[in-house]
Amino acid sequence: MNFIKARKLKFEYIRRDEEGNVEGLLTALDSVDLDVRQGEFVAILGHNGSGKSTLAKHLNMLLQAEEGTLWVDGKDAMDGGNVWDIRKSTGMVFQNPDNQIVASVVEEDVAFGPENLGIPTGEIWKRVENSLQSVGMVRYRSHSPNKLSGGQKQRVAIAGVMAMEPKCIVLDEPTAMLDPNGRREVLEAVQALNREKEVTLILITHYMEEVVQADKVYVMDSGKVVMQGTPREIFSQVDRLKKYRLDVPQATLLAYELRKAGMDLPEGILTWQELAEALCSQYQAR
Amino acid sequence: MIRDITIGQYYPADSVIHRLDPRVKLMAVACYLVSLFLFRNVAGLVAVTLGLAGIIRISKVPFRYMVKGLKAILVILVLSTLFQLFLTPGETLVQIWKLKVSYEGARNAGFMIIRLTYLILGSSLLTLTTTPNQLTDGMEKALRPLGKLHVPVHEVTMMMSIALRFIPILIEETDKIMKAQLARGADFESGNLVKKAKSMLPLLIPLFVSAFRRANDLAMAMEARCYRGGVGRTKMKPLSYHRRDGVAYLVIGAYFLGVLLLRKVS
Amino acid sequence: MMLMILDHVNYIYSEKTAYEIQALKDINLKIEDGEFIGLIGHTGSGKSTLIQHLNGLLRATSGSIYFQGQDIYDEGYNRKELRGKVGLVFQYPEHQLFETTVFADVCFGPKNQGLSEKDAQMRAYTALHEVGLPEEYWYHSPFELSGGQKRRAAIAGVLAMKPEVLVLDEPTAGLDPKGRDEILDQVAALHQSTGMAVILVSHSMEDVAKYVGRLLVMSQGSILLDGTPREVFRHYQELEAIGLAAPQVTYLMHELAQKGLAVDPDATTLGEAKDSILQAFGKRQRRNRQENYD
Repeated sequence: MNFIKARKLKFEYIRRDEEGNVEGLLTALDSVDLDVRQGEFVAILGHNGSGKSTLAKHLNMLLQAEEGTLWVDGKDAMDGGNVWDIRKSTGMVFQNPDNQIVASVVEEDVAFGPENLGIPTGEIWKRVENSLQSVGMVRYRSHSPNKLSGGQKQRVAIAGVMAMEPKCIVLDEPTAMLDPNGRREVLEAVQALNREKEVTLILITHYMEEVVQADKVYVMDSGKVVMQGTPREIFSQVDRLKKYRLDVPQATLLAYELRKAGMDLPEGILTWQELAEALCSQYQAR
Repeated sequence: MIRDITIGQYYPADSVIHRLDPRVKLMAVACYLVSLFLFRNVAGLVAVTLGLAGIIRISKVPFRYMVKGLKAILVILVLSTLFQLFLTPGETLVQIWKLKVSYEGARNAGFMIIRLTYLILGSSLLTLTTTPNQLTDGMEKALRPLGKLHVPVHEVTMMMSIALRFIPILIEETDKIMKAQLARGADFESGNLVKKAKSMLPLLIPLFVSAFRRANDLAMAMEARCYRGGVGRTKMKPLSYHRRDGVAYLVIGAYFLGVLLLRKVS
Repeated sequence: MMLMILDHVNYIYSEKTAYEIQALKDINLKIEDGEFIGLIGHTGSGKSTLIQHLNGLLRATSGSIYFQGQDIYDEGYNRKELRGKVGLVFQYPEHQLFETTVFADVCFGPKNQGLSEKDAQMRAYTALHEVGLPEEYWYHSPFELSGGQKRRAAIAGVLAMKPEVLVLDEPTAGLDPKGRDEILDQVAALHQSTGMAVILVSHSMEDVAKYVGRLLVMSQGSILLDGTPREVFRHYQELEAIGLAAPQVTYLMHELAQKGLAVDPDATTLGEAKDSILQAFGKRQRRNRQENYD
């Protein structure tokens, strides 16, 4: 059975003018279907304002859809009574690292989730230890979050979610405010969790390089899922991605341009290594 | 300059003071502050000085680091000293033009400087040696009886701990906004009071907008991590008294008694 | 003409305390009129500190800075005026937008320069056009704009002061790919049309390689590399050693050259790489130099 199964999800924001009168409706999710299996790494792509963050917030019931069905870990997310069970099994990491760290000491922040769940003290210590270990932040356990780099702060936030022992982590643009080193750190950390702890991963982003490793990619535009498939299937459609204000990795784009110029290259090249290999074998074949 | 404020900051170090139960430290600070206003002679002064110096020594917080925090209150310090100095009636000690400094005034002013300085040092020692979480845990537990009177103790202490976490972030943000506006030719210094107040708007508006945004984000992040108030919460570091805490209570009691007795010495 | 000269500039944060950090180490730099410079380095490399020296927000611990031949640390030099000449746009537009409308906000800078209401409005009008913000947004609250539009409004707010050099601190942070390209294209167009010098601070080699004529790479407070993108990316191994990476194209071209293909290993942009590969395969293409690869 699917860990997450969404059918025809619909969500509208009500826009009000200054006096509070309803000005109009903004459809943020429009008939969205989503399937995620346990242990999968799924990426959701989309430009700013495409509805991808709104979708993420539905997955742990920070928002509730008006129409459609959503099942998370076998529980009905349309039923408000399941909110704590769902939030426990599906953790969430947000974009701004500062605005999600509650405590002034790293380990105390990681403990925040388990404390809310009423976990006994001894068990909290074990979980804090384990989850800091899993993101490589044990060394910083008694530091203040303010002294950490952006990437380190995000890893603390991830540890904070891991300490709740969720089956799935939803990351809502976790790297948008980080520099390239921070981005790499965070990605490596979450991918390791996916591989080693079999945590289901849902990564929301607009950086194409980050989704190359994903099992499945969804592309969103104006509230709808407009493309889905493996990274290779998605990235072979350069023109469509551009239409949705997205990008492809530089190697993919170059391969695409070369193909357009008449070279015989396979579709769906994702990395420069693949492109180099394809070009070299062609060169030798000549 | 704005980063020099050390009040509310935590200074990590391994000392007995750091390990003490926050309730003990709260009690100690309360007693110390009272003692500052109880002493009235040189013997008492020696006692409060030794008390503070001893604790700073044991806490392993560098003295220089603490003194930096005093800069922030320098203006208040100077003003209140001047008031005491010139406005206390009594036997004239020196007279400069129309301003008279009385013997009592000089003495009061001297004591005032010492009291205010010790007050700041003593209370900043509390935050320097206690993590905000411990501090608020301590308050939550110490104030728990108020919960019976429907005072939302957990909520209030949670708010305090979040405020302490975000103070350094907002200070840094203020610095950045200030620079961004200075780059656009803003002037935060010259002009009269009205003009000065108006010139703060380009600083305050972005700061408030950002603070609200952060508050919103944080509320959402806390909800996502299953926060639902104080009911049913457990603690990673539950407060429990150790032997050292008992000893500390005894020391505090002895100190307080000592200061009271020294009042009788003339 | 030489616009700016930095001569042995050093900057030390929290000097003589336990937290002392030397953020700039012996920086020597000449910037000419009309140059388009990319400034690259990872967080903490000193690039933010450096740009704050250019408009006098930070004062060097030692060394001199000359703007149009004048020492900005001279007594009597008007450093407030300098801030109008070296326009610095910080990373987050949220840190500077505060007025009730975008238009009023853009007027803030020129008014601080002592211009009359009318002149300030003229400046705002031109600046908003130059950054390509559609007129329909001019009288909106700046807080209602999208990320890319906020960025434009913030840049306009500095442009309206008519600077001689525009310094942009990571103008694309947090934008989506299209938004990023739109802003960078706009900046390039602005550089073309006004002839003003532009310094672009960025993390992304790919972005910078496409636009700038000169690249500065900073590491640990010093300028490590200074040259055209081609020259700089030739040192891709050094870039990696300091935690940066050259564009993917550089890696590809070096790999191909090593495998014996007759390609130009110094190609830094997609267009150059494409031409060079096609040539190596003997497929000479109609050279369409102005082709747009984004």
